[in-house]
Amino acid sequence: MSSNWPILSVLIWLPILGGLAVIAIGEQRAALARLMALVISAATFALSIMLFTGFDTSTAAMQFTELKPWIETFDIFYSLGVDGFSVPLILLTTFFGVLVVIAGWEVIQEKVNQYMAAFLIMEGLMVGVFSALDAMLFYVFFEAMLIPMFLVIGMWGGPRRVYATIKFFLYTFLGSVFMLIGLIYLYTQSGTWSILEWHQFPLGLAVQKWLFLGFLAAFSVKIPMWPVHTWLPDAHVEAPTGGSVVLAAIMLKIGGYGFIRFSLPITPDASAALDWLIITLSLIAVVYIGFVALVQQDMKKLIAYSSISHMGFVTLGLFIAFGVFQNTEGGTGAALGVEGAMVQMISHGFVSGALFLCVGVLYDRLHSRMIADYGGVANTMPWFAALAVLFFMANSGLPGTSGFVGEFMVILAAFQANFWYAFLAAMTLILGAAYSLWLVKRVIFGDIANRNVAQLEDINAREALVLGTLAAAVLLVGLWPEPLVNLMHASVEQLLQHIQQPKFSVAGI
Amino acid sequence: MNSTNILLAAPEFWVLTMACVILIVDLFLREERRGIIHMLAIMTLVFAAIITLRADYLEEGLRSAVTFNGSFIRDPMGDVLKLFSFLILTIVFIYAKFFLRQFRMYRADFYTLSLFALLGIMLLISANSLVMIYLGLELISLSSYALVAFDRDSRLGSEAAIKYFVLGSMASGMLLYGMSMIYGATGSMDLYQIAEAVKSVGSDDPLLIFGLVFLVVGLAFKLGVVPFHMWIPDVYQGAPIATTLFISSVPKMAAFAMAIRLLQTGLNDMQTDWSQMLSILAVLSIILGNLAAIAQTNIKRMLAYSTISHMGFVLMGLLPGTAMGYGAGMFYVIVYSIMSAAGFGMIILLSGRGIEADKLDDFKGLNQRNSWYAAVMAMVMFSMAGVPVFVGFFAKWMVIKAALDAGMMWLAIIAVVFSVVGAFYYLRVVKLMYFDEPLTEAEIEAPVDFRAAISLNGIMMIGLGVFSSSLIAVCMASFGA
Repeated sequence: MSSNWPILSVLIWLPILGGLAVIAIGEQRAALARLMALVISAATFALSIMLFTGFDTSTAAMQFTELKPWIETFDIFYSLGVDGFSVPLILLTTFFGVLVVIAGWEVIQEKVNQYMAAFLIMEGLMVGVFSALDAMLFYVFFEAMLIPMFLVIGMWGGPRRVYATIKFFLYTFLGSVFMLIGLIYLYTQSGTWSILEWHQFPLGLAVQKWLFLGFLAAFSVKIPMWPVHTWLPDAHVEAPTGGSVVLAAIMLKIGGYGFIRFSLPITPDASAALDWLIITLSLIAVVYIGFVALVQQDMKKLIAYSSISHMGFVTLGLFIAFGVFQNTEGGTGAALGVEGAMVQMISHGFVSGALFLCVGVLYDRLHSRMIADYGGVANTMPWFAALAVLFFMANSGLPGTSGFVGEFMVILAAFQANFWYAFLAAMTLILGAAYSLWLVKRVIFGDIANRNVAQLEDINAREALVLGTLAAAVLLVGLWPEPLVNLMHASVEQLLQHIQQPKFSVAGI
Repeated sequence: MNSTNILLAAPEFWVLTMACVILIVDLFLREERRGIIHMLAIMTLVFAAIITLRADYLEEGLRSAVTFNGSFIRDPMGDVLKLFSFLILTIVFIYAKFFLRQFRMYRADFYTLSLFALLGIMLLISANSLVMIYLGLELISLSSYALVAFDRDSRLGSEAAIKYFVLGSMASGMLLYGMSMIYGATGSMDLYQIAEAVKSVGSDDPLLIFGLVFLVVGLAFKLGVVPFHMWIPDVYQGAPIATTLFISSVPKMAAFAMAIRLLQTGLNDMQTDWSQMLSILAVLSIILGNLAAIAQTNIKRMLAYSTISHMGFVLMGLLPGTAMGYGAGMFYVIVYSIMSAAGFGMIILLSGRGIEADKLDDFKGLNQRNSWYAAVMAMVMFSMAGVPVFVGFFAKWMVIKAALDAGMMWLAIIAVVFSVVGAFYYLRVVKLMYFDEPLTEAEIEAPVDFRAAISLNGIMMIGLGVFSSSLIAVCMASFGA
C-alpha cells in the first residue's frame, strides 16, 4: 500500500476537525456528542492501523511522507512522515484516543461536548507532533497541545486544579521557548527547517552543546526528568482520569520522542560529551523517585512518581549507547538500550494509562484517591482486583508483562556500559515491586476496611472493556514483543550508525 | 515621475472630505437617525480602501512615488498599513457603536474625531518630511485627546485626557526640538535629503546625535515604551472603552510607520546609535510591561501594560536594522492591532447598563454564559501570550528571529523568558473564563453586526496564524526582503 492519499494528514485533521464539530453540537445534546466523539476516535484508530500494515520495516527512511509549502518566506513546510520510532507512538495515541472517550462516557456529565472535543483535538495535535518532519511544524503542534490539556485539567480537575494546570502550562512553556531559540538558530545556520537535513548538518562541538541544552530544557520538562518533574505529580493528581491517562500514556512520551528525533541525531557529539549528565539524572530519577513513590499517601501521586521513575529508564536507555560504544566493538548492546527505551515507552503507555484508569474506577465510586480510605477491595470487586493486580505487577516489571521487556533490555544494555549503572537501574525491580505491591496489599487485599468499601460495586461492562483491552495489550507486548521491536529495528540501527559519526569533523571545525 | 501628482494622496483627500461631510450632515440629522452617520463612516473606510488599492504608481513599475515636493510618499509599506488601518477602524466603529449606544454617547463627534485621527494616521504613514510627520502626529494627538475626554461627565476620563495632553505635548516638544537639531545639522526637512546629508556630515556629528536622542524620546512616547509609558495605563483606564479600543489599535501602526520613516529612511546611517537606544527601550518595556501586568485587577490596565510589552517586541524587530527585521516589526504591529481590537471588543461586549466590564472578575465563568465568546477571548489571550498556532506566536518568533540574526542572543533570551512571564496573566483571564463560576447569569446580548465582527476578529487569531504565509510575505515584500 503506497501513500497515494495523505493518511497522516487524515490522522491529524480528522480528530481536530471532528473535535470542532463536536463542540458545535452544543452542551444540551451530550449523548450525541459522546457518540460522535466515539465514532471519530474509532475511525482514527482504524485508519492508523493502516500505518502499521502498510509500513515497510526493512528501511529506516521516512514513509507516508507529505510535503507542501506552508510559510514560504521562511522556508517552512507542512512536512510529514513516519519511521519506526513514530509509528508505534502514533498507534498508541490513536488507541488511547478511543479509550479516553469510553472512559469518560458516564463520568463526565458537565460540558460533555467540550470535554470530548478537547481530547479529540489533543489527539490530532499529538499525532502531528509524532509525524512532523519540519521543526516549526513540530514546535507548533508541540505547543498547541498544551492548550487543550490546560483546559481539561482546569475545567474537570480536582480542588487544586488551577494551581496545577497553570504550573503545568508555564513549566512546559518555559522549557520549550529555549528550544525555540535553538531551532531558530539552526535555521539561520542551515537555511532549512527540515529535521532530517538537520541530522546531516555539521556543527561545532560548542554550538552542539548549547543546542543540546536547549533541547534538554524542552524535553526534560516534558518527559519529565529529575529535578524538573515537580509539575507532574500536581498535574496528575488534579487532572480528571482521562487527562491523567493521556498525560501519562502519551504526553510524557513526547519528551522521549524529542530526544530521539532532535537531541541524539542533531547534536550527537554533545550527546556523547554530556551523556554523563543524562545518565546521572536518569539514575537519580530511577532510584530517588522510586523511594519518593514509596511514601505517597495518594494513589495518583504514587503512580505519577512511578511514571517519573520509569521515564528515567527511557532516558537511560537512550543515552547509555555512548558508554556501550566505548566498551564493546559493534555495539549491539546500544541497539538493545534504544529499543528497550522505546519498548519501555510503549509499555509504560499501556501500564500507566491502565493504572490511572484503575484509580479512576475507584475514585468514581468513593471520591477518594487516598490509600488509607481503601482496603480489601478484592472482596467486593473481584474482577477489578484481578485486572488491577495485573497492571501493578506489570508496573513492577513482572516477566510476562510488557513492563518487564523494556526494563530488562535497558538493564542488559547498561551492563555493557558500566556495572554500577546496571546495578542502580536494577534497583527499580525492587523499588517498583515495593511501591506497587505495597499499594496492592493496602488497597486491594486484606479485610474490608470500612463501610464504603463494603458497598463497592464491581466494574461494569464499559470499564471491563477498557481495562480488559489494556490487559490484553500489556500481555501481548510482554509475551510477544517481536512485532514491536521489528517495527523500529531499522530506524534504531540507522540512528546508532548516525550518532557514532562525529559531526564536527565533517565540518572541519 | 510627476512630482505634483496629487492623486497619489487621493485616499487622504477622500477621508478628509468625508470627515467634513459627516460633520455637516450631522447638523441636519435627528437623534434617532444617527445610524446614517455610522453607515457613512463605514462607507468612507470601504471606499478609502478601494482607492488605496488602485495604486497606479505600482502599475508603472515604481517601488514608491512622492508628491507635494517630496513630503508625501506612497509605497507598499504605507499602503498595507493604511489598508489594515481601514479594516481595523471598521471593526472599531462596529464595536464602538454598540458601546456608545449603551452609554448614551452615540454622537457623531466620535466618528468625525476618529476620522480626523485616521487622516493623521494616513499622513504619518505616508510622511516623507519632518513637517509632514509632525503634522500627522499632531492631528492624531489632538483628536485622541478629545476622544479620551469624550465622556465629559467622567472624572476619570477628564483626568486621563489632561494627563495625556500634558505628557503628549511635552513629547511633541521633544520631537520638535530633535527635528530642529536634525534640520540644523542637515539643512533639510526632506527625509531623503536628510539621509544624503547625514552621509556627508558624518553620523558622529554631536548635533545629529542630540537630535536623534530627542527624536527617539518623542517616538518612544508615542509608541508608549518604557520609560516613556506612564500615560498608557491611566489613559487606557480613564478613557471610555470605545476610545481605548481606538487609541490602542490603529495609531500604533502609525507610530511604527513614523519609526520606519525617521530611522530607516532618514537616519539609516546612524543605525548603530539608534539601535542601542531602541534595545534598551525594548528590554525595559518587555520586562516592566509583563511584570506590571501581573499585578492588575482592571483588565483595561492589564491590557495597557500588555501593550507596553508588545511595543517592546515591535522595537525588537526594528533594532537590527535589517529588512527582515522591519518586516517582522510590521507584521507584529498589524497583528497586535488586530488582537487589541478583539480584546477591547470583548470588554465592550460584556459591558452594559452603563457599567463598564473592566474588572478581570467580569470575565468569570464566561464559558458557562456563552462558550463561543469565551472561545474568542481565549484565542485572543493565547495569541497575545504567543502560543502557537495563534497569530501572535508567529509575530513573536519573527522578531526573535530578527534579533538572533543580528547576533543579539541576550535580547532573544530576555524576550522569551518574559513572554513566559506574560503567559501567566493571559492564562489568568482564560482561567477566570473557564474554571470559575460566573458572577451573573445575565444573557450576553449584542446586535448582529457586532457579533459578526467579534467572531471574525476571533477567527482571525487562528486563521491568520494557520494561513500566516501571505501576510508575512506582504510585510517582507514591503521592505524588499
